[in-house]
Amino acid sequence: MSNEPLVKISDLNFSYGRRPILSGINMTIPRGKVVAIMGQSGCGKTTTLRLIGGQLRPGQGEVRFNGQVVHELDADALYQARRRMGMLFQFGALFTDMSVFDNVAFQMREHTNLPEEMIRDLVLLKLNAVGLRGAKNLMPSELSGGMARRVALARAITLDPLLMMYDEPFTGLDPITMGVIGQLIRQLNDALGGSSIIVTHDVQESLQIVDYVYFMADGKVVAEGTPDEIRASDKAYVHQFVWGEMDGPVPFQYPSAPYREQIFGTAHA
Amino acid sequence: MLEQTATILRGLGRRVTGRIWRLGFASRFLLATLLYSGTSFRRFFLTVREIYFTGVQSLIIILVSGLFVGMVLGLQGYDTLQRYGSSDALGILVALSLVRELGPVVSALLFASRAGSAITAEIGLMKATEQLSAMEMMAVNPIARVVAPRFWAGVISMPLLAALFSAMGIFGGYLVGVVLIGVDEGSFWSQMQASVDFREDIVNGVIKSVVFGILVTWIAVFEGYDSEPTAEGVSGATTRTVVTSSLAILAADFILTAFMFRGM
Repeated sequence: MSNEPLVKISDLNFSYGRRPILSGINMTIPRGKVVAIMGQSGCGKTTTLRLIGGQLRPGQGEVRFNGQVVHELDADALYQARRRMGMLFQFGALFTDMSVFDNVAFQMREHTNLPEEMIRDLVLLKLNAVGLRGAKNLMPSELSGGMARRVALARAITLDPLLMMYDEPFTGLDPITMGVIGQLIRQLNDALGGSSIIVTHDVQESLQIVDYVYFMADGKVVAEGTPDEIRASDKAYVHQFVWGEMDGPVPFQYPSAPYREQIFGTAHA
Repeated sequence: MLEQTATILRGLGRRVTGRIWRLGFASRFLLATLLYSGTSFRRFFLTVREIYFTGVQSLIIILVSGLFVGMVLGLQGYDTLQRYGSSDALGILVALSLVRELGPVVSALLFASRAGSAITAEIGLMKATEQLSAMEMMAVNPIARVVAPRFWAGVISMPLLAALFSAMGIFGGYLVGVVLIGVDEGSFWSQMQASVDFREDIVNGVIKSVVFGILVTWIAVFEGYDSEPTAEGVSGATTRTVVTSSLAILAADFILTAFMFRGM
C-alpha cells in the first residue's frame, strides 16, 4: 500500500455539457513528492484539482486517492477522504466572518472533540508554522494578500492531511511573499510527510520547489518531467511557456480575419 | 412567418421549462436543507447567531414601520368610523387589521428587503469567494453549516417580528386615536379585547407569518446558493430574492386568507 502512489489519475475525461475540458489525462502523484501542474489559464488545471477532491465527477476514467476511486465513494466516504486532503484556494477563501484564529480552528471544532485549550495550542502551532502567530486576533479583511494565503495554508494543514492541493498559490503576490509561500509549501510537505500538488503558471518559482512537473494544454498533458528536464526541454510549447516567449504554439493574436482585410476593408484586400 | 412563430414558441417553451426545472431544483434544495437541519438544533448557537443577524438587526425597521402603520390606521380608521358614529370601534379596526393582515404581510415584506436580501448577498459572496467550496473540501457540508442555520433563524424570527410589528402598530393606533384625537380609552381597549379571537385572529396571523418566514428564507438561501459567482450574479440574485419573496408573500397571503376566513 505504501509503495502505491497517493494519487493516480487514469484516462480522465471531463466536459461541461458538450464542451470538453479534459481528455485522456494520466498523472501519478507519488507519496512524499511535490508535483506541479502547469499550463495556460483555462487549460483544465483547476478542474483536475476539483476532480481529485471529488467536487466534480469525471465523464470517463478515474482518480484514485490513497487506493480509493474518488467518484465511486458515497457522500460519507467522500467526506472521510476529504479529511485527509487540504486545499489552498487561489485567494485563500478565508471565512470572512471569523477571525484568523477561528478560521484555523474551524476544522478541529467541526471534526474533533478536542477541548478548547488543546485547540488553542494546536492553532498557535499551525499559525507559528506560517509565521502568523501574532495575527491570530485579526479579521481576514485586515490581512494582506500574502498573509491571507498563509493563514489559509495554516487552516489547510490543521488535520495534517496526506495530500495538499494548491490552486495558484503565487497569484498576485510580491516576490518576497512568493518566495515565502514557495518555501512554506516545500517545508510543510517534507514535515508532514505527505504529497502536494501545485496548480500554477508561475514557472520560475515552482521549478525551484517541485519534484516533478506536468504541462497541460487544451485539456491534455503535453509534457512532463523533472524541473531540470523541463528547463532543458526543446518542445516548442514548453519552451515558450518556461521562457515566457510572446509568440509560438500559443499565438499572440486571438484568431481573427486577416489584418489587412480588417484595416482596409475587403475591397482593398 | 411560420418559422418565426415556431422560434417564439420554442423560446417561450424553453423559458417555461427552465422555470419549472428551477422550481424543482429549489424544492430539492429545501428538502436537503430540512434533511441536514440536525446541526442547526444540535449546535443551536449557530442558529442563535443567525437569529441575531436576521431577527434582532431587523428590529428597528420593524418597530418603526409598525408604529407608523398603526398611526396611519388610527387616523384613517377614525375618519371612516366617525361617519357612521362608530369611532369607539377604532380599537377593533386597528387590532384586527394588524393581527390578521398587516402585521404578518408588511413585516414579511420588510423582512424580505432587510434580512432576505442580506442572506442572499452573504451566501452568494461566500460562493463567489470560494468559501463554500473551501468548506466542502474541509469535509463540512455547507448546507448543514451555512444554509440550515440561516433558514431556521428566519423561520423562528418571522413570527416574533410580526408579533412585535402588530404590538407596535396597536400602540401607534392608541397614540393617534386615544391620546391625539380623544377616543375613549376604555372603549378602545375593551372592544379590542372582546372582539379579537385568539384562535381565529391571532393563531391564524401567526400561521401566516410562519409560512411567510419559510417562503422568504427559502427563497433567500436558495437564490444565494444558486447565484452566479460574480458581482453581477450576486446583485441579480439579491434583486430576485426581494422581488420573488414579495410576490410569494402576497400570493400566499391570498391563498391563506381564503382558507382561513372564508367570509366568516
